[in-house]
Amino acid sequence: MIQVNQLSKKYNGTTVLNINNLEIPKGQSFGLVGNNGAGKTTFFSLLLDLIQPSTGHITSNNIQVNENENWKSFTGSFLDESFLIGYLTPEEYFYFIGDLRHQNKADIDALLAEHEEFFNGEILNNKKYLRDLSKGNQKKVGIIATLIGNPEVVILDEPFANLDPTTVSRLKKIIKDLAENPNITVLVSSHDLQHTVEVCDRIVALNKGEIVKDIQTSRETLQELESFFAV
Amino acid sequence: MIKKFIYLEWKAFTRSASFGANLAMKILLGFLMIYFSLIFIGAGVGAFYILKKMNLEPLVTINKFLLYYFLFDLVIRLLMQSIPVLNIKPLLVLPFKKPTIVHFSLGKTALSFFNWVHALFFVPFSIVLVLEGYDVIGIVMWLVAIFSLIYINNFLNIILSNIDKLFVVFIGLAIGLGGAQYYKLFDITIFTTPFFQGLYAQKGLFLIPILVLIGLYQFTFKYFKNNLFLDAGLSKKEDVAKTENLVWLNQFGTLGTFLKNDIKLIRRNKRSKTTIVMSVVFLFYGLIFFGNTHQPEAMHIFAGIFVSGGFLFVFGQFVPSWDSSYYQLMMTQNIPYRGYITSKWWLIVIATFISTIIASFYLLYGWEVYLTIVVGAIYNIGVNSHLVLLGGAFTKTPIDLSNAGGAFGDKKAFNASAMLLSLPKIFLPLLLYWLGLHFADKTVALALVAGAGVLGFIFKEKVFSLIEKRYKLEKYSTISAYKQKN
Repeated sequence: MIQVNQLSKKYNGTTVLNINNLEIPKGQSFGLVGNNGAGKTTFFSLLLDLIQPSTGHITSNNIQVNENENWKSFTGSFLDESFLIGYLTPEEYFYFIGDLRHQNKADIDALLAEHEEFFNGEILNNKKYLRDLSKGNQKKVGIIATLIGNPEVVILDEPFANLDPTTVSRLKKIIKDLAENPNITVLVSSHDLQHTVEVCDRIVALNKGEIVKDIQTSRETLQELESFFAV
Repeated sequence: MIKKFIYLEWKAFTRSASFGANLAMKILLGFLMIYFSLIFIGAGVGAFYILKKMNLEPLVTINKFLLYYFLFDLVIRLLMQSIPVLNIKPLLVLPFKKPTIVHFSLGKTALSFFNWVHALFFVPFSIVLVLEGYDVIGIVMWLVAIFSLIYINNFLNIILSNIDKLFVVFIGLAIGLGGAQYYKLFDITIFTTPFFQGLYAQKGLFLIPILVLIGLYQFTFKYFKNNLFLDAGLSKKEDVAKTENLVWLNQFGTLGTFLKNDIKLIRRNKRSKTTIVMSVVFLFYGLIFFGNTHQPEAMHIFAGIFVSGGFLFVFGQFVPSWDSSYYQLMMTQNIPYRGYITSKWWLIVIATFISTIIASFYLLYGWEVYLTIVVGAIYNIGVNSHLVLLGGAFTKTPIDLSNAGGAFGDKKAFNASAMLLSLPKIFLPLLLYWLGLHFADKTVALALVAGAGVLGFIFKEKVFSLIEKRYKLEKYSTISAYKQKN
């Protein structure tokens, strides 16, 4: 599904990301772990054509993302709060994204109803604009919005950060459900090794922009990763 | 301590997104600044001799209008002067004394453009007065008093800026008083002129404004010091949200989706709401030119452009910066650039259209005047709408929509520079109109301008392709510039 070729990103001569070859097959749930500055967000930004690669390219479903924009129709993503429109209510935001993804109101309502538990009654019909929601609640909105329009690729940057324990476990369930669907490729980044191990089939660890580990998740994965990151 | 603050301010200034703009822009802005400064100084020097020539006693005449001067100053401040803020939150927990923080934040406002610009007029005017034999001590006292009043306005603006729509009251007051005076119902200046004159003539009267200023500063200082808490003066005001679906726009497809969003954008953010106010103000711009024989005729088209173009100039100028806070989202959604630009274009066209209809009250000046406005509207739709959208591709100043509250919140980050940059958009029609007038007559002149508009309209698709290409080319640098504030 996603193919990375000779990809690198340099800022003023400093290489922040350098991935020679990486292939993510369709249907995989892919976890990206690493310390701050390891290049996780940079990789996602490149994948979403928000920044330009210094060398190489990424193809998503055989579409080179920095040449052709057609990947947008099957990709749902949430990197940070700048993906939210502050002056809309959550409902309006969902409908707006729905309109852009050619979903009608009923589709959106169905999706929202499905995730009512995840919202925990704090999102819908709350008479608040997105800008006035707490960070965690904003994140909930952003995450669910990525699911609008049956995307084939879902990209979530640090989805577990800022969430309360209950929501984290509900989010894990959502991601696991997505992972079970053979048509959906999920990409998740996190600092939290345990969460990532729980929801992902495959984990790639980045360090200073390089891939330092690439493992299929098994019972020993967590231990292996923990010992790797332990100093 | 203060040194640290100044260091922070300097960094904030030199590292801001707009400062990094290209050199040509800075030079152009520099020239415009000098140009306007010269005009002000010229007015200051010239005022004396012009008034003298009109057989008016200069100082008394100026004093007569000072009341209105200060009223309008206050209105303009309420609308435009952003309260310069130190980024206060991170400082609260650091070992700074609260009074220091407040003193510095207030002191910073004293250096604002809105204060020193007055000096450009009053200082030369005073110098001329002294040279013409007015009492030196009297003039100095008068000048000191005037500046106290200007700074009183400065601090009034800070205190009052938390109250929405207050400027309407002051505009109303100014119009009411002015109207009453014009129709000789009630002349407020009979009461105020002696006071302003007294600042010059009466020894010691100038102490009153100074004392008021000191009192006001104390009050402002106390007010902010007591409110320097995250849940008080620095808190964010939360609005009660109402979900609006604006279903009737659905029939326009993707265009409707964007229009819906833009309407909400304008209605729900303070920053964008002012564009509507400004558009209304622009509507009355023509009153200065039409029926005024002092103005050269070529200037009529100038007014014609502005009357219907208010929204275009103040809103269109900042496309796509309005969407800066969520630009990354827009770039990852399934959005064709063209759809996005087209929706903004329609918004501008609709606003121009509505302005033109409202402007029909200019028919009172005769149908020729209104025709000029209609021609101006055609030009706005055909040419200027494209120009502002194209310019937008280069606008890389993020607009902070959500920063709606808080005592020190930078709410009205009004970008005067961008407004000045819109001036070239009116020189071309002015030239066309002038050429028409010069070599033929008014009909030809109007036809020329309208023709340019129609021509622009015909090539709309071509121009849009060009704009689209520009936006794509600028995509990455725009994203990174917009990230600065997020």
